[in-house]
Amino acid sequence: MVADEPKVVVDDLHVVYRVFGAGGDKGTAATALLRIMGRKTRGSIREVHAIRGVSFVAHRGDAVGVIGRNGSGKTTLLRAIAGLLPPEQGNVYTDGEAALLGVNAALLEDLTGERNVVLGCLAMGMTKKETRDKYPSIVDFSGVGDFVDLPMKTYSSGMGSRLRFAIAASKSQDILLVDEALATGDAEFRVKSHARINELRKEAGTVFLVAHNLEEVELTCNRVIWMERGKIVTHGEDVVGIIDSYIAASGGAPVERDPVTGARVHARVPAKT
Amino acid sequence: MTNDRRLSAPGRLAAGDDVATTGLATADLPDEPLAEFAGRYGLRPSAERPPIGRYLQSLWLRRHFIMAFATARNVAMYTEARLGQLWQILTPLLNAGVYFLIFGLLLKINRGIPNYLAFLVTGVFVFNFSQRAFISTSSVITDSLPLIRALRFPRAALPLAYVIIELQQMLLSMVVLAVIVLFTHEPLTWYWLLAIPALLLQTIFNVGIGLAVARLGSNINDFSQLLPFLMRTWLYVSGVLFQISTLDIKREYVALLQINPAAIYITLIREAILQTQRASQPGAQPYNRVRCGIWQHLKAPTDWSAYCHPVTDPSHYWYYAIAWAVLALIVGFFFFWRAEAKYGRG
Repeated sequence: MVADEPKVVVDDLHVVYRVFGAGGDKGTAATALLRIMGRKTRGSIREVHAIRGVSFVAHRGDAVGVIGRNGSGKTTLLRAIAGLLPPEQGNVYTDGEAALLGVNAALLEDLTGERNVVLGCLAMGMTKKETRDKYPSIVDFSGVGDFVDLPMKTYSSGMGSRLRFAIAASKSQDILLVDEALATGDAEFRVKSHARINELRKEAGTVFLVAHNLEEVELTCNRVIWMERGKIVTHGEDVVGIIDSYIAASGGAPVERDPVTGARVHARVPAKT
Repeated sequence: MTNDRRLSAPGRLAAGDDVATTGLATADLPDEPLAEFAGRYGLRPSAERPPIGRYLQSLWLRRHFIMAFATARNVAMYTEARLGQLWQILTPLLNAGVYFLIFGLLLKINRGIPNYLAFLVTGVFVFNFSQRAFISTSSVITDSLPLIRALRFPRAALPLAYVIIELQQMLLSMVVLAVIVLFTHEPLTWYWLLAIPALLLQTIFNVGIGLAVARLGSNINDFSQLLPFLMRTWLYVSGVLFQISTLDIKREYVALLQINPAAIYITLIREAILQTQRASQPGAQPYNRVRCGIWQHLKAPTDWSAYCHPVTDPSHYWYYAIAWAVLALIVGFFFFWRAEAKYGRG
């Protein structure tokens, strides 16, 4: 921990998704009419209790890895921290604004990479001059090269996420939430993004990283939250220990580690579960 | 090594919900309630709506973003089409062409309105400005979901940008309109300058309603299905195709239709650029019972309607135009801002 100042406080958070049109009826005009007539009252709303009572504190300079199986509520937790999902109960408190970076967050598909960079910077509140100054370094960092003149829908998923990461990481965010955005990048980009995340941490920010690539978490994070079914199983600074328990709980083969340093002997990436 | 320190097998996980908040999960939490702890360090709830003053300020800071977003969207809208930006001019031209074909060449009806073609095209263009603005802002939140979910900025920037896109389109339409109007032998006069403040007020009105519609469209999925019908009804009651004062309904209803915002802006712009409209407005000439009576019975294409009493005092039109614009802006902005923290949620 760099300093003992809290940046994110999650207090007994519950998040519930309401899914319309799920379950039961076939979604035909007749069933819709019945519903309106009051014969079937709101039978088609299903509640998904995605986060069930999560509490933790993250501090200035922390890089927190969030691990867990698919559907355990990792992405939901990040979106709640970013203020994009309303808490059903409890609350999330942050110092400053949180920026969420996700795999699916294409900015404006129809527009060129160049326009996306400019718009992204302006939307984050940079001035025109700041945007002009940052532009070359963002494009350079993303490594999209000549593709910057083409609409973003022509990009590969890797290029797209690289550009998005470059845009969001260009400003020192108070809190940066990274949701598997680095998973699609190539090896070279991972090294770069890694370095950038560390820089952002030093700039007194807090970084949250959701990744299925546990080695990524191990290398980047100083704390880990292990989530299962919307609750925290374990949370702490013993990154290696928690990851090993998680692998064991998922039924994966234990990672061979150097008994002194704790580093992996054979870097092994467990299969996604 | 800390393998299996807390959990024995995945089966245990799937079975119980009671695994959470044990041991380490709560170990490093402060003793005091977390809400107080957060408050002591000045942390704010992440999903909190900013106060209106700060919201306006951050919106002002994003003015370059709003302009850049509008321009970029406008360009992107036509990139798929081979003719590209040319459609910005072609759309209003074709629009006018359709009306010319039907009303100018085929039907030859004028419903007692002098220079009916210019009257009609002006009405259509002015109404189109509001219609396009509302239909596009109704889906602005859904359209921009990725942007909203990725970056924090005042969401009102998006509907504002969409209205600006429509304003840019409208300004080009006005050029086309000016050519058509001159072509129908309307004189070019100083009155034309009045179209500028009228258009400005209509834009403010569109921003206000656009903000309200953006919020409605963001959380009521049925709304965008319903909106085209609402707009079409509005078109028919706003005197785009006919003169409201000639309707065979009670004077109170005529007055009500005449002061509806769409009718107000349409009338103001018509009177600014159409000499024939200025001259034929009821009240433009001193009241003359005979001429007014003849006009009312024959609906002849003369400007004798000018000799009738106006239902709504023409000098009040500008007050209504200002009142609608200010009212729409305040109510619409407030309504949109109230839900600021909710946009972009799944």
